[in-house]
Formats: sequence, structure tokens, C-alpha cells
Amino acid sequence: MSLSLYAEVLIQGVLTGLVYGLMALGLSVIFGVVRVVNFAHGEFAVLAMYCAFVLFGLAGVDPIAASLPLAAVFFAVGYLMQRAIVQPFVTRPQHEQFILLVGVSLVITNGLLLAFGPESKHVDLSYSFDSYTLGGVLIDKTRVYGATAALVATAAVFAFFRYTMTGTAIRAAADNLTGAAVVGLDVKRLYAISFGLGLACVGAAGAIMMALTDMTPLLAPSLTLLAFTIVIVGGLGSMTGALAGGLLIGATEALASVIVSPAIKSMVSFGLLVLVLALRPQGLFGKAEA
Amino acid sequence: MTHKTGLIDRRSVLAGAGAVIASPAVVRAQAKTPKIAMMLPRSGFFAQAGQSCYRGALASTKVLADLGYNVDIIHIDTESSNDVSRTQAEKAINDGANCLIGAFESGNTLAIAQVAEQRKTPLICNIASAPQLTGQGYQYLVRNFMTGPGLVTQGLKLITEVAKTANLEFKTAVFLHANDTFGTAQSQAMDKIFPTLNMPFKIVESIAYDPKAQDLSVEVTKVRGINPDLLLIVTRAGDAIKLTRDMVRQKFEPKAIMSPGSPGLYDEEFFQAVGPYADYYIYNIPWFNVKSQMTQALEASFKTANPKHRFDLDGFNSGFTFEALLVAADAFKRAGSADGATLMKAIKETNIKDHVMIGGPIAFNDKGDNPNILSASVQNIGQKPVVVYPGDVAVTKPVLPFPSWQGRK
Repeated sequence: MSLSLYAEVLIQGVLTGLVYGLMALGLSVIFGVVRVVNFAHGEFAVLAMYCAFVLFGLAGVDPIAASLPLAAVFFAVGYLMQRAIVQPFVTRPQHEQFILLVGVSLVITNGLLLAFGPESKHVDLSYSFDSYTLGGVLIDKTRVYGATAALVATAAVFAFFRYTMTGTAIRAAADNLTGAAVVGLDVKRLYAISFGLGLACVGAAGAIMMALTDMTPLLAPSLTLLAFTIVIVGGLGSMTGALAGGLLIGATEALASVIVSPAIKSMVSFGLLVLVLALRPQGLFGKAEA
Repeated sequence: MTHKTGLIDRRSVLAGAGAVIASPAVVRAQAKTPKIAMMLPRSGFFAQAGQSCYRGALASTKVLADLGYNVDIIHIDTESSNDVSRTQAEKAINDGANCLIGAFESGNTLAIAQVAEQRKTPLICNIASAPQLTGQGYQYLVRNFMTGPGLVTQGLKLITEVAKTANLEFKTAVFLHANDTFGTAQSQAMDKIFPTLNMPFKIVESIAYDPKAQDLSVEVTKVRGINPDLLLIVTRAGDAIKLTRDMVRQKFEPKAIMSPGSPGLYDEEFFQAVGPYADYYIYNIPWFNVKSQMTQALEASFKTANPKHRFDLDGFNSGFTFEALLVAADAFKRAGSADGATLMKAIKETNIKDHVMIGGPIAFNDKGDNPNILSASVQNIGQKPVVVYPGDVAVTKPVLPFPSWQGRK
């Protein structure tokens, strides 16, 4: 294979990785602040895909453009869900949190199966079959648009945490919960905002993914697993780690497919996960526990 | 003096009970219309194909009646599950079924075959390709379909023949297949059969992929890197859609894209999803003979029974399902009895010259397979499947080499 084809595969992997990264960022934000692992993460991504599918069907809204309003809707859903359902479980044992969120995931998947059936769904965009050619390298147009939207959304989340008062307060609560409470921060509200932001990320990522791939409700567990792999490789709770993990997994899977075999690409990402857990358990960008 | 009390004595009770117990068998054997259990995966993983077969069964009743055959069909959903297939087969026989038909998928069919054998009730397989179905010596099973190796052998031979009609030569090929049960079985058959056929081209790479992958862009890039003359594919509808999208995006245009025998490329889902890009794929599989009068009658009945569906796309599943019903009805008429052994004997002696699918008369060999079924080369042209080879059943000539993706509308 020529060098340009390797470059093409690598670019495709990186572009896909940016969307994966945005999805995993949501998981990382929720865990990093609220300390609850969202086991329904993939299910929320698939829910967002179906929302984008319905919007496209009813009003012809491009799923990538729909990522913005869907992020807002998912933020509201996350905020309310945290206040109503998750908050009572924040201080309870992890296995109880696990059961709660697995329950949520089952409700979402079965609700989608009831509403839409098990058949795969897709959207036909005017540019679905188009690509750019750059110096002999072909780049899929849908993926470029999707990755750009994911990059903008990721930058917005980073900017929120870096430059806003609420973002700074959330970081403070994540770093030192007692200290945050002592200085009078409304921790419950900050948790709800964080959960909302986490779901906003997954809402936007799901909408973008709808433009890239077909989906069925049964896709959800593999997306949850993918998000987990990414955040563990990048470092659980690290936003930079989620982005880097997404890029690394996307690029590694793509290159492994072309160098070895497409059938083993998942094995490669899980191999990477095992390697990181063995050599650097806190992940590439995670902080080691004291 | 005998005093009759009006009460029933012990002997009468026993005789009555015996008669009640034996009555279903007696009724079955004396039935004027055969009761046929149509066992199809109408829900679950194979639902799409099962529904397609079901539509064929709905259309069959009128055609059979016009031919002088009356059948009583019990429609049963196997839910794509071996366990459900087994229990439903038991239930169908208990409910008086004289003959079972099904079940599209090999595993489901094997489960039904075990019950049919135990209960001495004929099973006519409409579609299922696993060789072991007829390789286990079952006495109450016949299959009016090809085995997997048979599909691959005929599929490969047709590739060379159809290419010759367009003066096209292939030197290299890449075999791209899903790594699910069907794709892997086809790949194994390919590994075994390809070297024995002295084909004029080499398979330079065999690439397996996960049909549930979110896209097949890397797989297509890898194929582009090899740049074969011919791309051989074994897909189902979902992965055929992803494959097409990525081939169009990457402008990959070999001389031909052919399937040596697999579904997916003639599914409504595929046509709906990729529109004009569904055109010019060629797949070599058993197909219905549009020139047959019986096919035309079935198509007319299909349109009435299923106005929202296209016979072009359902014809493969509908045709084989109709033929299985035809075999059962014809055997029942000749046997004059619905007794399992008598009916099975008549089924094994089947010799039906006029039928729907391409090939010679419907007849069964000692194993229970119909050796006269032939594959044809079918090409999507104008977003519908059209037979392009062999000449006696072809509707038009094949469009080769594969036209560019660009400018299709």
C-alpha cells in the first residue's frame, strides 16, 4: 500500500477519534466531578442519534447542525436527571449507582426498541457520498464536517471550564469537595450542571454520529464500552485525557485494520487498554491516587 | 334378559377414549386438504427474510388453487430461534399439521428436522444451505434449495462465464466478506472450492470484517491499495450499504463487483439506502425465471396479496416458498393420503417440470436434495434485480465493466 493510503487511513482515524473523544468527554466530566460512572452513556448517545434521525425525518435538519439544539436538550435532561434520580445515589455505594444507571440504560434501549424496532436506521445527506481530495489523499466529507463540529463542541466545553465562573467553581468542587462546600458553593447545583454538561457532550456526539453511521438501539452497549475504553486509556476524570484517548483509539484502530486485519481492530483497542492499565493505571493524563 | 341401564360400560369408555386419542391421526390421514405448517422467522434476526417468505406464502394460495391444489396453511413464527422452531414444530404437529415447510435459516431448520423425524411428519425445506441438513440421513426431510458449497461452486463458475459475455478478463480479485456465521461458512467453502475450479484469476487477499462495524472505510482503503480487477463480496443488507457508501466516497471502481452467492444486494433496505449506487452489482444465486408462466402467475398474485411490496425483490424468497408448497400439494394429491410415511414417499417421488425457480424439474436425490436447481447471474439495473446470464433465462445483457459511481441519478 502506498504512503498516501496510510495517510488517508490515519486521517480517517483521527477524524473519527475526535467524535469519539467528544462522546467520552461527557463520561469523563460526569465522573471527574460527580464521581458517578454513567453506565448508560452509550444509551444516551444512541438516544441522541434517534433524536437526530427524527429531526431529519420531520424537518430535514442535518444531524450535524442538530448537534447544537440536541446538546441543549440533553443538558436539560442531564440537569434534571441528576437532581431527581442521581443525586440521592451520589453518596451511596458504587454498586447501587451501577444498578441505577444500568436500569436507566435498559429503559432507554427497550423504549427505543419499542418505538423504532430493531432495524438499522440511517440518514441520507446530500454530501453522504462526497469526499475531498488533498494531494492524492481522499477524505470523507461527512467525517470532516462531523469532526469539525466535535472539535468546536470540545473547545466550547474546555473554554467553559477554563473561562467561566461556574466552570471554575465546578473544577474547584471536583478538586476539593469539602473546600468548595466551606466557601459556600452550591455543590448540588454544580453536580447537576456537570451531569448536564456530560449529557450535552454525548447528545452532540450522538447527533454527529448519526451522520457518520447507521444505528440500532442495540448499538448502545458497544458505545458505552468504547467510551469507557477511551476514558480509561486517557485517564478517568481527565478532559484532556478523553480527547487524547479518543484520538489515540481512533487512529490505532484504523492503522491496525489496515496493517493487520479489520476484524481485529477492537482487539487492538482493548490491547491498548490492558497495556495502559498495566503500565500506567491512572491513564495517560490521569492523576495517580495518593 | 339383558337390562340396559343407559349407562356406558367400561369397554365402551375404553373404546371411546381410544377413538378420541386416535382420531387426530385418522383425521390427518383422511384429510381432503393438506394442513401445512409454514414455519418462518418472521421476527428476530432473520425477520426481514422471514417476512419476505411469508409474503410469498400469502401469494401462493391463489396460484395453487388455480392449479387445482387446495392447501390449508398454518403460519408460524419461529422468532429466528432454534428452541422456538423446535417447540412450534411439536405444537404444529399436535395441532394436526400433515407437513412442515421452512425455515429459511439452517439452524432453525435443523431443529425442526429433528422433530419431523421423531414424529414421522414430512419437512420440506424452502431455503437453508447448510450441507449437514441433508447429510444426516433424515428420512422425513427434503430440501428444494442449494447447499452452501453448491452455491459457491455455481457462483464462481458464473463469474467467468458472465465476464466472457462482456469480453472481460480478471487477473486479480479480493474477497471481502462479513465474519458472521454465513460469511465465514462462505469463506471456508471458497477456500476449499476455489483451488479446484481452475479459475482464470487469483484471489490476492481475503478480508474479513465485522458486519456490525460503524463503517467499512478502512476495509475499502485496504482494497483500494491492492486495486484488484474484481471485488468478490459476501454481505447482508446492512454491511452492503456501508460498503457502498465507502466505495463511492473513495471512488473505488474495479472492473466488476460480484457476489458468489449471498443476500443483501437485492434487499429493499439496500435499494432504499443507496439509491442509484445499488446498480450494477452482480450476484450469482438461484433466482426466479421471469419467463416461466408459473412465475408470472405468482407475480400477479403477489401484487394483489402484497400491494406495498415489490416481487422483484421478494421473488427469491417467495419463489422457493411457493415451490415448497407446490411440492407438498402435489405429493398430497398423488398420495391421496396425509399419512406421514405415504406423503413422504410421494414427496420423494416428486417430478415437477413447470415451476418458478430457474433450473430443471423439481426432484429429489437419495439425500433429499434437489440437484436440478441452477444459479443465475443477477444484476441490479435501474434499481431492480435483472437476470443477465445464462442466455436462456436472461432478460438483458450484463453491464460490464462496472460503470463509474460518478454521475449516477
